[in-house]
Parts: sequence; C-alpha cells; structure tokens
Amino acid sequence: MLSLEILLHSVVTGLMNGAVYALVAMGLTLIFGVLHIINFAHGSLLMVAMYGVFFAVTLLGIDPYVTIPFMMALMYFAGYGLQRYVIGNAGQGRDTNILLITLGAAVVMDNLALYLWTGDTRQLQLDYMMTVVDLGFALIPVTRIIAFVAACALFVAMWLVIERTNFGRAMRAVAKEPFGARVVGIDVDRVYAQTMGIGTACLGAAAALLLPIFYVNPQIGNVFVLLAFTIVVLGSMGNIVGALVGGLLVGLVESVGGFFLGDRLGQVGIFVIFILILTFRPQGLFSARV
Amino acid sequence: MVRITTLALLLAAVPLFVQSNHLLGLFIAVLFSAYLAQSWNILGGLCGQFSFGHAAFFGVGLYSSLILQVDFGWPAPLALVSAAVAGAVTGLFVGFVSFRYGLRGSYFALVTLAFAEILRMTASVVSFTGAGSGKYLPTRLGIEHLQFSKSGYFYFILVLFVLVHLLVLAIQNSRLGARFAAIREDEEAASALGVDVFRYKMIAILISSAVAGVGGCFYGQYYFYTDPHIAFGAAVSIEMLLAPIIGGAGTLFGPIVGAVVLRVAAELGQSLTGGVPGFNLILYGIMVILIVRYMPDGLIGGLRRPWALMRRRPTATAG
Amino acid sequence: MLTTQGLTKRFGGLVAVRDASISANAGDITALIGPNGAGKTTLFATVAGFLKPDAGSVTFGGRDITGMKPHQICDLGMVRTFQIVKPFGKLSVLDNIAVGAYARFPRRQDALAHAAAIGRQVGLGGQLEKIAAGLTVAGRKRLEVARALATSPRLLLLDEVMAGLTPTEIDEIVPIIFGIRDTGVTILLIEHVMQAVMRLSDRAYVLNEGHLIAEGTPQEVVREPAVIEAYLGPGAATRAQSFASRNAS
Repeated sequence: MLSLEILLHSVVTGLMNGAVYALVAMGLTLIFGVLHIINFAHGSLLMVAMYGVFFAVTLLGIDPYVTIPFMMALMYFAGYGLQRYVIGNAGQGRDTNILLITLGAAVVMDNLALYLWTGDTRQLQLDYMMTVVDLGFALIPVTRIIAFVAACALFVAMWLVIERTNFGRAMRAVAKEPFGARVVGIDVDRVYAQTMGIGTACLGAAAALLLPIFYVNPQIGNVFVLLAFTIVVLGSMGNIVGALVGGLLVGLVESVGGFFLGDRLGQVGIFVIFILILTFRPQGLFSARV
Repeated sequence: MVRITTLALLLAAVPLFVQSNHLLGLFIAVLFSAYLAQSWNILGGLCGQFSFGHAAFFGVGLYSSLILQVDFGWPAPLALVSAAVAGAVTGLFVGFVSFRYGLRGSYFALVTLAFAEILRMTASVVSFTGAGSGKYLPTRLGIEHLQFSKSGYFYFILVLFVLVHLLVLAIQNSRLGARFAAIREDEEAASALGVDVFRYKMIAILISSAVAGVGGCFYGQYYFYTDPHIAFGAAVSIEMLLAPIIGGAGTLFGPIVGAVVLRVAAELGQSLTGGVPGFNLILYGIMVILIVRYMPDGLIGGLRRPWALMRRRPTATAG
Repeated sequence: MLTTQGLTKRFGGLVAVRDASISANAGDITALIGPNGAGKTTLFATVAGFLKPDAGSVTFGGRDITGMKPHQICDLGMVRTFQIVKPFGKLSVLDNIAVGAYARFPRRQDALAHAAAIGRQVGLGGQLEKIAAGLTVAGRKRLEVARALATSPRLLLLDEVMAGLTPTEIDEIVPIIFGIRDTGVTILLIEHVMQAVMRLSDRAYVLNEGHLIAEGTPQEVVREPAVIEAYLGPGAATRAQSFASRNAS
C-alpha cells in the first residue's frame, strides 16, 4: 500500500519535472526546427540563467518567480546576440562549423562559470520551499506545483505565438523555405536571431522555475542539455507539441525509473530510451514540424 | 613517408638530450594528444563524420584494459589488443545505430555525445568498473607489463604515434582514403560513383575507435588509474576533436600541429594563472570559435593559403 | 539496355512520375525532355537507385535492378550525373575523377592513370591538379561527366550537362558526348536545350507532369501537338498549326 503511494508520488513528481524539462526542450526544438542546428550551448545558457536567478535572489533579495520576466528578456538578448554576432557570423552556414561554434561557446561558458563561481553546488534557501500541498493522494512541495503550472502556461503562450502571430508565421516560413522566405522579403537572418532569442528566453523562465527545486553548479547544463536532447529526439526534432509530450514522458521515466532502480540508474534509463529511439525510430514519435 | 620518418627519428633522439622529467612528460603529453587527435581525424577529418563523444571509445579501451589486467589477470599486451577490440566494437555499435538511417552532421554529433555520457553514468554506478571511486592498476615495472621508466613511456607512445601516422598516410594514399574523402565532401555523389557509403563509414569508425581504444590502454599504463570522468568525460572528447580542428582536419600533420598548440596553450595557461580550474578549457573554447571563424581549414590550411598565393603570383604574372 | 515498366514515384500526394515506361537501346543516345517540373530528374533518380519507386520496375542489361542501392547499380555499369553539380570541392580535379575510377581499379596507380586519361578525354587535361571548387561552371559540368565516365559505365545518365553553358561551351561539349557514345557507352540524357537534343539524340521521350506524352525521333516528337502544348501552353498547337497552314496557302 505504502509503495503504491510512493509510486503515485513519483509519477506526479515525474510529470511536474517533465513540464520544466519540456520548457527547456521546447527552446532547443524551436531552434532546431527553424535554424536546423543543434545548439550545444543550450545547456550552458540554462546554467548561466540559473546563476543569474541565484544571484538575483541572494544578492538583490528578489523572489525567484519575480525574476522570470527579467530573465526571459535578458536571455532573449543573449540568444539573439549569440546567433547574430557569433554563430551567424562565424558559422557561414556550414553545419559542422555551427556545431563547433556552439560547442566552443558551451565550453567557454561552463569553464568561465567554474572560474568565476567555483565548482561548488549552490542551493536557494527560501522559507516557502518547505511548504507542501496535499493533493489528496500525494504531498507535493509548492515550488514544484508552481513550476508545473508556470511551465504549462508558458508552453501554451509560446505555442500561441508560433501558431497565431505574424512573427510565428514568418518563423514557420523561414523554417520551411529559407530561400523562399528571403525572396518574399522576410529578413531571414533577423528571424534566425529572434528564434534563437525566444528559444533562449525559454531557458530564462526554466531557470527561475528550476532553481527552487534543484541546485546550480557549472556542470548543471550538461545534465539538462542531454535530457533536452532526448526529449527533442523523442518528440521529433522541431515539433513543439512533441517536446511537451516528450518532456512529460522523460520526467516520468526518470522519476519512476529512479523509484525502481535508484536515482542514478533512473537517469541511465533516459539515455537507453534515447538510443532505442534513434535505433528504431530516429524520426521520433511524431513528425517534425514547427 | 619521408617527413614522418624524419620526425620520428628526431623525436627518438629527444630522451638523449632531455633530462628533465617534467619536459619529457610534456613531450609524452603532446604525442599522446596527437595520437588521440589522429584517431578522431580518421573518422572526423578523413571521412567527415564529426564525433562529439570520442571519449566513449577511449574510455571503453581504458576500462577494458584495466579490468582485464586487474580482475582477470590478463597480460598487458593482450589487454592492449583487447582495448583495440573493445573500442572497435563500441564504435561499430555507435556507427550502426547512427549511420544505418543516414544520420549525419548534428545527429551524429549528438548520438556520440549522448553515448559517451551514458557510458560515464553507467561506469559511475556499476560495480565492475569500481563505480565512482575508479579503477587502479598495480605497479609492476617491466616491458611484459607494459610499464616503463619515463623515457620508456616516451618510446612507447612514440611507437604508437608513428604507427597511427603511417596508418593515416596509408589510408590517404589508397582507395579507402579517396572514398572517405568523397563521403566527406558529398555523400550522394559518392554513392553515385559506386561508394557504399554506409559500409565505408563503418570502416572509418571501426579504425578510428580501435585506435582510440589503444589510446585508452596507454593512458591506463601511464597513469595507473581511471574514473568515469577521466574515461568518458566531455573534456576528453573535446580535446580529441579540438586538436585536429585547430591544426587542420583531414590533413596528416594538422592533428600534430593542433596537439602542440593545445598543450602549449594549456601549459602557458597553467603557469600564468597558477592552475585555476577551467582556464585551459576557456582558452580552448575561444580558440575553436576563432579558428572556425578565421581559419576554417585549420592552422595548416590557413598558413598554406597565403603561402600558395605567394608562390603562385610570379607564374600568374608570367601567364 | 535499360527498360522501365510502369515506373511511378509519389511524394506525398504529388505524383512526380506516373506509369513511365521507357527504354534506352544499346549504343544509342536517348533523350528525356520536358518542361520544368515534368519529373525528369525524379525519373532519373528512381532509375539510378536514389529513390525507391512506388510501383513499376527497372531492368538493366536483362537484370531487375528495382530497389537496388546506387552503388550497386554503379557496380553493374550504370552511373548518373547530377543536374546541380556535386564536385568534391576540396579535392583536386584528378582526385575527383579518381573516385569514379576506383570503382573499376582498386590500385591507386591504375586508378590515377585511368582518371588522368578520362580527364583528358573530356578536355580537363590541363586542369587536373586544380582544386575542384575553383573550376568554372563549364569545368564543373565536365568534371561531373568525367567522374561518372571514369567508372567505366555501360550506360551513362546525363542530367542537364548543358544547362547554364554558353552556346560556345555547348558546341565544345557536344563532340565530347558523341565521343563517349562512340566508345560504346549507351547514353540517356535529360536536356532542356532543345537544339542540343535535336543534334545529339537518336530517340527522345517527352515527359510532362509526370506522364510520358510522346516518343520517337527528336524530329517526330517536336511536331507532336501534345509536346507543343506542354511547352507553350494549351491551345498553342492549334494556333501553330493554323499559323503554318495560313502561311502555306
């Protein structure tokens, strides 16, 4: 009986984590869908954002959830600049060049963080972090519930932007036919940079939601970037809804796998999924579409 | 051939003149980096398949060599051979998974990266790798144990270094190399001209990962220890790909140039900052961005271009 | 030499090639013509193994090769070129051609010697050491032909090797193609330049919107009303005819 309760608890936890993972993955899949590049710097940008939130809370005394709009704006410009002035400039459209540049940027950020902030793991201390909510079948920390709800809301907002706005239409046009989009007068390079900006802005929000339930250190990006890659592949590269489903699924596997096998092997389970998907269904569970 | 032999002979004389253990250690480190860089270069440079997780093959070789010697009592030379086999088997698996569906570019980089990470996590959990605390090799000096004095290790890695360069040279001057290059430049055109793209990519990853596995074995013999991070960490994969990229991927001497530059930069960084963690990698990261931006063919290609222009100019004016 | 039976290739809802049955006779130059988007290149790609047909079969030298991989088809003696040329940019012209030559000559010396000979045959003799990326458009087109020819094919599929060339350059490449034919290589070519088709080919097939609409000698097919309409639009054939009869009377 007790174990059933714990199982239920891990299912709920898994889904709640999964929503935040999905937010991280959405940024990645959006960038892949439009720019057709795999951004290896994605995890490092998340790490930087998490430090940003950490210092905003500890030095300025701002509530982590209040930082969300600011972090999103800051990360938008970081992503925009990265694409416009580094990747777009140095990549010259060659796939392998871009790969190397995003990798190089990741290496610089990770180790700069190590240099500036040391390898120590840091955690927030907030009075409401201990508060739990009784859902009837499980006791869930309020921070997880906030993360889940906010991630879902952001997801819907992002989806609306892509489906309903002119900017979203331009983005989809560029994703499908960059040359054709250029011909009809869309500033493709700008859309690329904006897409990178939005994809990175997702990380600003994800960082603020993650920090109260997680911790930060210079390697934290690797943990999430591989999770995000798995989600993106699982949900089909470039598919936004796929990222949500994939994120929830991965959160579930991690948490329930951890329940049965122990925490660390729960993580390995995710990568086994990754390899299985690539082996048997490399196009993912859905079809690719932005 | 002449250039490699000359280089080998010059290097072979180094221990006669260099007494400092530190300096000899630096030579070993450079040769070892160049060896690993050449392993990456076979797959990434010659055949154009960028692996971001070459540590997978290196680490499997390293662990298998240590485990076979320590837990199964295998003689070291046999462990060396099995490190090559273990690396190759891992490579074939990764290659099969990725190349069968024609995953290229980013996808392949991603699969290799993820694969190295899976191995790292697994190695830090399961017991036969010694989990998080790692694996030690007991000291047993003697050639039959492949354990040497400092200068002995120098000659050990020099032999490996020369062999891998002769291997690359032989590939470059054969049908195999021509087909690798064709795949790197344009897969579709290659297949139209009779190249079985999947098969040749598998051959490339087989050779490359076997070479990396042997490199893992050398590491074990030299440092007597590994843990999951040393064997499968991202830093290993990054160093293995950075050296050829910086020096010039797909060229014979690029990986050597890159390895020298990286090691010297690391050494300088170390002495300038007094060993601040991460500083080397910051330098590496900046270097790779600058190289890709300004010298996409690496230092060798970048320096060859003005040189070729200088040499061509007189004939151009004459013609 | 080559026969296709009811070859069909769909992309989603679009039928790029529908029920195409063509044949190329040994020793002939056969042309495949038609307006843009008619499905010529798709037909080529399907024949050469780059695309899997949804229906129909391809027979080459009496052997069913439907669904074979391009490299296997190349080994059997059929090779294609690409309309959008695909030089191995960083390799020299000689090394480019050698990739093709290695299909028949495993040893380096033999392959390089054969490649050099082929290079001279297509008029690239003076540029063998040049890096392929540095060639002119005409040079790249020749390289495309040379590489394919170096595989010693029995059947050569040429995809618009004259598109984008100046009239002078076309005049230079036409004898090269005849020369290849005279060494016993059967040729199937896609061409846009009608004048070239008239000069080169023994037989021609006309493809429009995925359908074969005419076949015969080039002189015959250009008189077919369906062909004229396909090229010039509906009603063009009748207008042309009435124009012709009015002039005649």
